[in-house]
Amino acid sequence: MSAAALLDGCAAELARPAADTQRPVLRERGQREVFCGLTGIIWLHRKMQDAFFLVVGSRTCAHLLQSAAGVMIFAEPRFATAIMEERDLAGMVDAQDELDRVVNRLLERRPDIKTLFLVGSCPSEVIKLDLAKAAQRLGAVHMPRVRILNYSGSGIETTFTQGEDACLAALVPVMPALPADAPAELLIVGSLPDIVEDQFLRLFADLGIAKVGCLPARNARDLPAVGPNTRYLLAQPFLGDTAMALEGRGAKRIEALFPFGVEGTSDWLRAAAAAFNVDPALTEQVLAPGRERARIALTKLRPQLEGKRITFLPDSQLEVPLARYLQDELGMELVEVGTPYLHRAHLARELESFGPNVRLSEGQHVERQLDRVRADRPDITVCGLGLANPLEGEGLTTKWAIELVFSPIHGFDQAADLAELFARPLRRRDMLEI
Amino acid sequence: MQLAVWTYEGPPHVGAMRVATAMEKLHYVLHAPQGDTYADLLFTMIERRGKRPPVTYTTFEARDLGKDTAQIFQDAAREAVTRFNPQAIIVGASCTAELIQDDPAGLAEAMGLPVPAIPLELPSYQRKENWGAAETFYQIVRHLADTTVTRTPREGRKARANILGPCALGFRHRDDLVEIRKILALLDVEINLVAPLGATPEDIKTIGKADFNIVLYPEIADEAARWLERTFAQPAVRTIPIGVGATRSFIADVAELAGADPTPALGDTSSRLPWWSRSVDSTYLTSKRVFIFGDATHAVAAARIAREELGFEVCGLGCYSREFAREVRAEAARCGIEALITDDHLAVEDAIAAAAPELVLGTQMERHIAKRFGIPCAVISSPVHVQDFPARHSPQMGFEGANVIFDTWVHPLVMGLEEHLLTMFREDFEFSDEAGASHHAAHSPRKAQVDTVSEAPVADIPALVDEAGSLWTAEAERELKKIPFFVRGKARRNTENFAAAEGRRQIDLETLYDAKAHYAR
Repeated sequence: MSAAALLDGCAAELARPAADTQRPVLRERGQREVFCGLTGIIWLHRKMQDAFFLVVGSRTCAHLLQSAAGVMIFAEPRFATAIMEERDLAGMVDAQDELDRVVNRLLERRPDIKTLFLVGSCPSEVIKLDLAKAAQRLGAVHMPRVRILNYSGSGIETTFTQGEDACLAALVPVMPALPADAPAELLIVGSLPDIVEDQFLRLFADLGIAKVGCLPARNARDLPAVGPNTRYLLAQPFLGDTAMALEGRGAKRIEALFPFGVEGTSDWLRAAAAAFNVDPALTEQVLAPGRERARIALTKLRPQLEGKRITFLPDSQLEVPLARYLQDELGMELVEVGTPYLHRAHLARELESFGPNVRLSEGQHVERQLDRVRADRPDITVCGLGLANPLEGEGLTTKWAIELVFSPIHGFDQAADLAELFARPLRRRDMLEI
Repeated sequence: MQLAVWTYEGPPHVGAMRVATAMEKLHYVLHAPQGDTYADLLFTMIERRGKRPPVTYTTFEARDLGKDTAQIFQDAAREAVTRFNPQAIIVGASCTAELIQDDPAGLAEAMGLPVPAIPLELPSYQRKENWGAAETFYQIVRHLADTTVTRTPREGRKARANILGPCALGFRHRDDLVEIRKILALLDVEINLVAPLGATPEDIKTIGKADFNIVLYPEIADEAARWLERTFAQPAVRTIPIGVGATRSFIADVAELAGADPTPALGDTSSRLPWWSRSVDSTYLTSKRVFIFGDATHAVAAARIAREELGFEVCGLGCYSREFAREVRAEAARCGIEALITDDHLAVEDAIAAAAPELVLGTQMERHIAKRFGIPCAVISSPVHVQDFPARHSPQMGFEGANVIFDTWVHPLVMGLEEHLLTMFREDFEFSDEAGASHHAAHSPRKAQVDTVSEAPVADIPALVDEAGSLWTAEAERELKKIPFFVRGKARRNTENFAAAEGRRQIDLETLYDAKAHYAR
């Protein structure tokens, strides 16, 4: 089930309180100033070093990828676009044959590719180009050298980080099976920068949790196994479909806050430790140095952020846990927390700490939302790159949301870096005398 | 299907956005799915605009398909007109909306909006960004120009010109315009309007009042200028004033159409390129091999400047727009080479590797290629990057533009005496190959970057190997290393070609120097 199907389209109105909380949610529909799911390829192709992402789409898709990546960072990246042309659409050629030709040429040129994702786009979805069928057909030809999978990153179905969700969900069915009598294993779900992943793996080792897998794995061909004794921890809040696919294979979610800030990270690690019956005394002993380091680092930043009012425009679905962190640990005041899609079950505990005056919004009508920002005049507004300079031009301080997706921000040792991302624009505003 | 990693041009609706964003009081209602708003950041980030582009995206989703996407379009159009109060709107579809065939033109017309709604047909699966910009500008002019306008007789008034082409996200359009205004002031020519940049739909109505048009960027304005020529009998100046010679020709052309005396404009005393180029320090520039790639206008102008004004040898010339291939082919013929017309950056990369130039003049794409090959590079054309919007005045056109070009192209190179020293003392530990130019290091690559991920060839072309191993003797191989890095690949290949032609089975010191003599220029 895609998020688009879950989002019902009532126009600007206060929806009925969600079942699990009494909090009203402002649901809006209109122009959305967000990326589509294809954008996830920018970090996924760096994370999975043996994977290649082939978007089947239009020139717009190719242009988006290079624009979102900041013009051409990588000489020859592990992604590309098969640009559909007039003759593909007019039926002058069979689009499936054309795809075979492009894929064969690509795999010939790049023998290092071990996993190929065929990524659907708006145009390929609209013309109903069956990429699952293509993946199956091409897979039969190229296995075992190359595994071919497919998912959709189209804007009509996915918003920004939902692209990662769709990609990881496509990996779940090909994860090896863990037998029913296997000992319990922990699975960390959601792509993390390697440095953060290593920090967490060290902490889990210190806690004595022996078997820990990561999805995605650094090599897409070394997927961790999954089975009824798998307990998984979500590292990212935007993985609804992936979680559902894992549940389908018998894995069970460990409920926790997301690992942002001292408390979020502690809660996340404690929940895993408890699920693996780690002695609570040992857990606290393992957590203590990280907590202490983060606490010291944050003392310098707290005065810069305390009491400052913040609005989040919808972008990555990281908004709710980040807002929780900024409010609880840095004393910021939440004005509006907008998110493209609110996963109530995964965010239930996060939302508990929001005060009654926090405006929670889902979806977007960008013009109306900007009207609210102008009326609220928050000290800092978290928004996409298309809106940041225009808001600065109106005298409103902003933080580019995309940096929150591209930077290491999880865990104890990144808590201060995360706070610094918000403190820096405010400090800069105060420094400049021009 | 075409396999693309990087593209030189976006889709045609991005061209339409460039026109809409350049203009004032015009709004673009674009039928598009979620995600197409990424294009806003081209303007707000690359060009650092402090305002959002005047574009409303309808943002339809999968569940809207086959139901009410037409209604979504009409709601968005009505809301945009009410909220932004434009003098006119342009309406069209992005690539996905084109497939669902909602006919934004017909829908807008049926709505009876209080402002003109100009329909755009931009075939996303056939055309690209520049074409989209040209078509959009043409449609705007054709729909809005008041064809009943008549020109008053020339007697007793100044000649009037339209400046056509400056646009949003253009390469130095902002600064070029300043230089063109200066020239026209010296020629006593009045500017009727500049468009698209800064023009309102109301301004466009009066476009027929000018005596002639100046087409600064044919990629954007040529189509409209042809229509104006037919409709208002306005002749056009098509000389692109990039370079000293071209600026002089431009001044002469404008003066002729305006009936003005060109002397005051020609006598510009701030033109430094001619002396800078003649001064002895520039001797080392003689016959430097330069590879040029960009849009047709900038590439052709660059080739002419390279040959005639800096004394370079053009060893490669090409453009990414097929629409203007003819002009590029003609200029390439004058350089005695074959033009490269392609939008495949891998083909451009191969051509650069094969030509082994000492300087690359290109787009941001070629800047990356050159960086990896360790070849000095300057950017001369779109597609652009945030660095192509400098804070300082930095035109390409007019005499000041030529001054800027001299500096921009020459600074990345290793300078005359420095080059000799590097060659003489190649083995001095402080004069390593990686040294590069001692000044303006930011523009000049330290060394070829070997991308661990990349499969692409690195600059140092590998030795020819036969079954018996390398053709090269160890001694010749060592000698080759003493040749400056940026010409070593060329030297290696020339020597190997020479050896093959001569039927020599081994490349020793003799062969190396025989080849050097053979290829001496």
